[in-house]
Amino acid sequence: MPQSLELAIKTSSLTKQFGSQKAVSSIDLSVPKGSVFGFLGPNGSGKTTTIRMILGLAAASKGEIELLGHPIPKELEHALPKVGALVEGPAFYPYMSGRNNLIRIDSADRNSTASTRKKRVDAALERVGLTNAAKKKVHAYSLGMKQRLGLANALLKPREILILDEPTNGLDPQGTREVRNLIRSLAAEGITIFVSSHLLSEIEQLCSHLAVMTAGKIVAQGSLAELRNESQTRLVLKADRIDELVDLLKTQGLTKLSLKPDRVVVPVPSDFDVASLNQLLVKKKFMVSEIRLEQPSLEEYFVNLTGEGFEVVR
Amino acid sequence: MFAKSLSLSLMLSELRVMFTRRRTWAMLAAIALIPILLAVAVALTSDQLAPGEGPPFLDRVTQNGLFTGFTATLLALPLFLPLTMAVVAGDTIAGEASLGTLRYLLIAPVGRLRLLVVKYLGTIVFALAGTFTLMLAGGIIGAILFPIGPVTLLSGDQISLAESIGRMALVAVYTAISMSGLLAIGLFVSTLTTVPVGAMAATVVLAGVSQILDNLPQLSWLHEWLFTHYWLSFADLLRQPIELGSFASNSLLQLGYIAVFGALAYSRFTTKDILS
Ligand SMILES: Nc1ncnc2c1ncn2[C@@H]1O[C@H](COP(=O)(O)OP(=O)(O)O)[C@@H](O)[C@H]1O
Ligand SMILES: [Mg+2]
Repeated sequence: MPQSLELAIKTSSLTKQFGSQKAVSSIDLSVPKGSVFGFLGPNGSGKTTTIRMILGLAAASKGEIELLGHPIPKELEHALPKVGALVEGPAFYPYMSGRNNLIRIDSADRNSTASTRKKRVDAALERVGLTNAAKKKVHAYSLGMKQRLGLANALLKPREILILDEPTNGLDPQGTREVRNLIRSLAAEGITIFVSSHLLSEIEQLCSHLAVMTAGKIVAQGSLAELRNESQTRLVLKADRIDELVDLLKTQGLTKLSLKPDRVVVPVPSDFDVASLNQLLVKKKFMVSEIRLEQPSLEEYFVNLTGEGFEVVR
Repeated sequence: MFAKSLSLSLMLSELRVMFTRRRTWAMLAAIALIPILLAVAVALTSDQLAPGEGPPFLDRVTQNGLFTGFTATLLALPLFLPLTMAVVAGDTIAGEASLGTLRYLLIAPVGRLRLLVVKYLGTIVFALAGTFTLMLAGGIIGAILFPIGPVTLLSGDQISLAESIGRMALVAVYTAISMSGLLAIGLFVSTLTTVPVGAMAATVVLAGVSQILDNLPQLSWLHEWLFTHYWLSFADLLRQPIELGSFASNSLLQLGYIAVFGALAYSRFTTKDILS
C-alpha cells in the first residue's frame, strides 16, 4: 500500500476488449505523484481507451486501477473531484457561450461550491487566455479555442492530477507552445500531469516520465533518464584498413559489429572506455579519422519500438 | 438538505440548457400554433359547420372561446404532442453522448443516477410547458375570436369563468401526466444509442404503435395497460361533478411505466461504457 500511495495512477493487468480485439492488453502503468508523465503511442494504440477506463467512463474487461489511491470504479466519486481531464478532444454545447458551458459543467459537479462558481470560471478562462471570447457561442470557436476551453474546464478547481488526452491536437505551433507552457506552470505547482500524445516531439521537452504504447501494449516505461539508458549505446569508428580493424575489434570482444561503407558501428556498454581503444588503434598504426560513442535519440528509440510512419497498426 | 440544494443547481442548469436551445422554443411555438390555427379555421368557416361535425367539442368553440384549448389538446394528442415529447426525451442521454458533453458531465462528476433523474425531471418540465402553452394559447385566441363566459360542460351543467380556467389548468396537468410514461420510455431508449434522432424516432413510433393497439378490439385485454389508453380521457375532467376516476387510473398507469422504464434506463445507463 505505501508504495501505491506514492503513485497517482497505478494499473495492473488492465485490459479492454472490444469484441475480439484487445484495444488495451494487460498494461501496468505506474505514474508517480508529481511527475509529468508522457503517454506516447501511435493513433489507435489504445491511449484514449486506457484514459476512459481510468476515469470510469468505460469498465475494464480485466485488471485493476487505482487513481489517487482510490480503487476504480469503486471509489470513483471520491477520486474524480481531484481530477481535471480532457478526453478525446473538447466537447461543448455549441449554442451556449464558452463561459456558460463551463458554468454548466461546474454545476454538474455536486462537490463544487456554487457561490465561488463565477469567480472560478473566470479565473480558468483567464488562465487559458479566453477571457475575451468568453461570451461568444462555442460554435463560433476555432478548434484551438475549443481545446483551450477544454483545458479551462479541467482547471475549474484546484486539482491533484490532470489527465490530458492529446491536448495539443489541432493547435498551431504557437498554441502548442502555449499549452506546453501552461502544463509546465501547472507541474511547477506540484500537480501531477498525465499527458498523452502520438508525437514524441510534442511532449519530450515536457516530461519527466514516459510510457510507450503500441497496439494495446506498453513496450517501455520509466523516467526519461532510465529510458535513455535502455537505448543501446553505439561505438562509431572511421579508420583505414577496415579488414584488419574488424579483426582487432574482435580480439577486444566487439563481435556484433556492422560494416557501413565508410565506418564500423558496434553496440557497446554505456561505460565503454573509448580512450583506451583509441590508444590501442594508434599503437597499431591505424589512421583513425573518427571515434566516438553515440546515444540514439529518444525519437529513434520510439520509432524502433512502435514502427515508423502514418500506418495505423490495426 | 445540502445535497438537495446542490442538485437544485444541476436542475436549474439543465433547464437553462434546454431553454437556451432554439429548438425548445420552436417546438413550444409550434404547439401554440395548433389552437391558433384551429380557432382561425373555425372562425372563418363557422357558418358552414353543422353541429356535431368535425372532432368532438369543435362546434362548442364558437359558443365559448375557452373550449379552443380543449379541442386543440384533442387534436395534438395523437401525433404532435408525442412527437415533441419524443424529441426532448430521445435527446436526454443520446444528445449529450453525441455532443461528447456526456463524458465531461460524468467526470465532473455528476453521478449517473443523479444525471438520469435530473434529465427526466427536465422532460417533465418541458411536458408541462408544452401542455400549458397549448391551453394558454387556446384561451387567448379563443377570447379574441369568440365570446367567452361561463362554460357549459359535457354534462350540460354550467361552471363559472374562474372555475373553467381551473379546469383548463387541470387538463394541462392531466395531459402532462399522460406524457410522463412516454417520456420515461424515451429516456430509456436514449440510453441505448448515441444517435439522438434514432432515439426520437423510436420513441414516437412506440407512441404510434400503442395507439394502434389501443384501437384493435381483438386486444381489448391489453388496452388498459397501454400508456396511451387514458390520453383522451381528459374529457372526464369536463363533467360536473368532476369525475376523477380516469385521472387516478392514468396517474397509476403512468407511474408504472415510469418505474419500469426508469429502472431499465438506470440499469442500462449505470453499466454503460461511454465511448463517445
Ligand atoms: N467503441 C469502440 N468499439 C470498438 N473498437 C474501438 C472502440 N473505441 C476504440 N476502439 C479501438 O480500440 C483501439 C484503440 O483506440 P484508442 O484508444 O482510441 O487509441 P488512441 O487513443 O491511442 O488513438 C483502436 O484500434 C480502435 O479501433
Ligand atoms: Mg486517442
